[in-house]
Amino acid sequence: MTFDLNTIWFILVGVLFTGYAMLDGFDLGIGALHLFTKKDEERRVLLNSIGPVWDGNEVWLVTGGGALFAAFPNVYATVFSGFYLAFYLLLAALIFRAVAIEFRSKQPMKWWRQMWDISFSVGSILSALLIGIALGNLAWGIPIDANGEFAGTFLGLLRPYPLLVGVTTVALFMMHGAIYGVMKTEGALHDKLRGWAMNSIIFFVICAATTTMATLLYVPHITARVHDNPWLFSLVLANMLSIANIPREFHRGKDWLAFLSSCAAMISLMALFAIDQYPNMVFSWPHPEDSLTIYNSASSPKTLGIMLIIAGIGVPIVIAYTVCIYWIFRGKVKIDRMSY
Amino acid sequence: MDVLTLSRIQFGATIAFHYIYPPLSIGLGVMLVIMEAAWLKTKNPVYHQMARYWTKVFALTFAIGVATGIVMEFEFGTNWATYSKFVGDVFGSALAAEGIFAFFLESGFLAVLLFGWDKVGRKMHFFSTCMVCLGAHFSAVWIVVANSWMQTPAGYHIVGEGMHARAEVTDFWQVVFNPSMLDRLFHTICGAWQAGAFLVISVSAWYVLKNKFTDFARASLRISLTVALIASLLQLVSGHHSAQGVGKNQPAKLAAFEGLYDTSSNAPLTAIGYVDEKNERVVGIQIPWMLSFLAHNDFHASVTGLHDFPPQDRPPVAASFFFFHGMVMAGMATILISALACFFAWRKTLFQKRWLLWVLVFSVLGPQIANQFGWFAAEVGRQPWIVYGLMRTPEGLSKVVQANIVLTSLILFTFIYFLLFAVFIYLLNDKIQHGPHDDDLIPSGKLALPDELTEHKKP
Repeated sequence: MTFDLNTIWFILVGVLFTGYAMLDGFDLGIGALHLFTKKDEERRVLLNSIGPVWDGNEVWLVTGGGALFAAFPNVYATVFSGFYLAFYLLLAALIFRAVAIEFRSKQPMKWWRQMWDISFSVGSILSALLIGIALGNLAWGIPIDANGEFAGTFLGLLRPYPLLVGVTTVALFMMHGAIYGVMKTEGALHDKLRGWAMNSIIFFVICAATTTMATLLYVPHITARVHDNPWLFSLVLANMLSIANIPREFHRGKDWLAFLSSCAAMISLMALFAIDQYPNMVFSWPHPEDSLTIYNSASSPKTLGIMLIIAGIGVPIVIAYTVCIYWIFRGKVKIDRMSY
Repeated sequence: MDVLTLSRIQFGATIAFHYIYPPLSIGLGVMLVIMEAAWLKTKNPVYHQMARYWTKVFALTFAIGVATGIVMEFEFGTNWATYSKFVGDVFGSALAAEGIFAFFLESGFLAVLLFGWDKVGRKMHFFSTCMVCLGAHFSAVWIVVANSWMQTPAGYHIVGEGMHARAEVTDFWQVVFNPSMLDRLFHTICGAWQAGAFLVISVSAWYVLKNKFTDFARASLRISLTVALIASLLQLVSGHHSAQGVGKNQPAKLAAFEGLYDTSSNAPLTAIGYVDEKNERVVGIQIPWMLSFLAHNDFHASVTGLHDFPPQDRPPVAASFFFFHGMVMAGMATILISALACFFAWRKTLFQKRWLLWVLVFSVLGPQIANQFGWFAAEVGRQPWIVYGLMRTPEGLSKVVQANIVLTSLILFTFIYFLLFAVFIYLLNDKIQHGPHDDDLIPSGKLALPDELTEHKKP
């Protein structure tokens, strides 16, 4: 592994998508849990807990997509055209998720709110599931021909392993969302969310264990990578410790540390995934020689350099004001007349 | 239908629908900055009420703009994968820059703009409003950079051959300031200001006519008519410049806009008419010599006609002509309407002229039509190229995507977008019927000044 521009951009694209998972992950998780609450008041509290931040969080996905387009256009083109229907479903899900937040509280009718509640929740779950399925397919490998084009079908993407990764992603986001919810609420809803957080941790651990087993048994190229680099187990360990730390922080009453633990769990998972892939961006299966790598699918060094300057100027500013905005909206959610 | 036609319909439809919203966000963003500045300066609570009212409308347009915007970013890859590979090195950078510089700024500070009324002080809130507005403008900058590069590519060279050929950046600033970029940026932004201003005008004129919320409506009209007049007049200058740029950089496009087949000095300008493509002539009212003058500042200058281009390099003439002239007419109408309304407002007789107020109510459609037709003219006029002179539109298609799959997504998104539009109109109408909130006359939380707080506590 050399730290050339291609590797730096591989890491940066990874950072953007990890940022997306850590931030919009809790929005989608809140969405997945939304229908479990029955009272209108509680649903509004949940919606408003993500109200000010969800669309900034979604920008991480947009920027990640843009960075992928700019740095690795062949990956962007092959994956997006190859996963055509799956991505249109994802777009539809993200649209219904987004507009439901904005529309729901604009009218008092019961059927109206019910409709957007379902749209919000189903949209969130479907988004998480499809993102997971896409990741699962990339980990497993997809058929790529010698011209770098996708050679499979839509139904071919819905294999057991990617579906398993999809469900695991839903579980991960539910856990993350529940912990975020615990941090942002008080009273009865707070206690309820804490219970759900514990249940979703169990759900996630079962899914994650199953996925790990399936990976070791059925995904030989990843197994080989881990076999050659035993230190990768430290990432698995970091992940498990982070998860185990969540109930501990709850117990100590440090909800925000529980949330950070959940973020750490996500980072270690993404790092593990990225290192298993490197230097491939899209692993071609059954023809590994046709894989799209960070070298054969990248933009020119000049463009990667320009983009690095853009990122170097832009990203620190973005992080600075994002932190400020989260700071302004810190603390428990209070419903007022500007709320959703 | 084949995959090319379906993909073009889908891209055209999704971008047209998306393009209802960003101009409104940009235009309303400017209006919000002015309203809030007026409130900070004059302390007149009606401006506070105004800012809060339009913030809610802004939130609605912004949410749909974001939701439909992600579709655009994915669509280059899903439907136009070969194009994406060809231009990724150049075009992708602009999109990524848009994300980093514009979207984060916009959506981050939007949180404070929408939900921070009671949480931050006046200055911080005003600062956030300015940042949201600035972010919206940045987003226009980068997307116009990307699109203008497709119209007038610069600062690149072609590397590789055949299937592996692609454009790579040689000079980043030449890419950014490509020949048509500045003209098109000003044109786009003026159009967006018009869209925002005329929405405010339309709603306010309606209130005046219905004798509801009159103080609010009159104050809103004063601000929005001023912005509309300025933006419309700037648009006249910018439109003229853009057209001259098109004549210089994309002569086939200008010829199609005016239906000019034979190269001629003393070329006429068509005021109103249509193109008879079969007989290669324009039917309508023409102003002799005017096109030569407008394009080259000289009544006798020669303007290149379509016959100078091989048939396979000509854009669809009748459609280009129609959209271009539709845009010009709608644009002229906005100038006329805002100038008339400003004149009567200056004479202090606007509120007695009910016919003009009714015209103002419907004037909201003017910038929308002009913006939509303008984009269609720009994109149809670029055909048959996807990147002018470098890549033809059919060559840009995804190789692995079949017609039935595009049809599926097209039907799905037609359904979704009709639903979104219906809900948008329903909620907007609901908001307009309810009007501004009386509570908004009294700033609360940290926004309140000490004396207002004490006044508020008095019975």
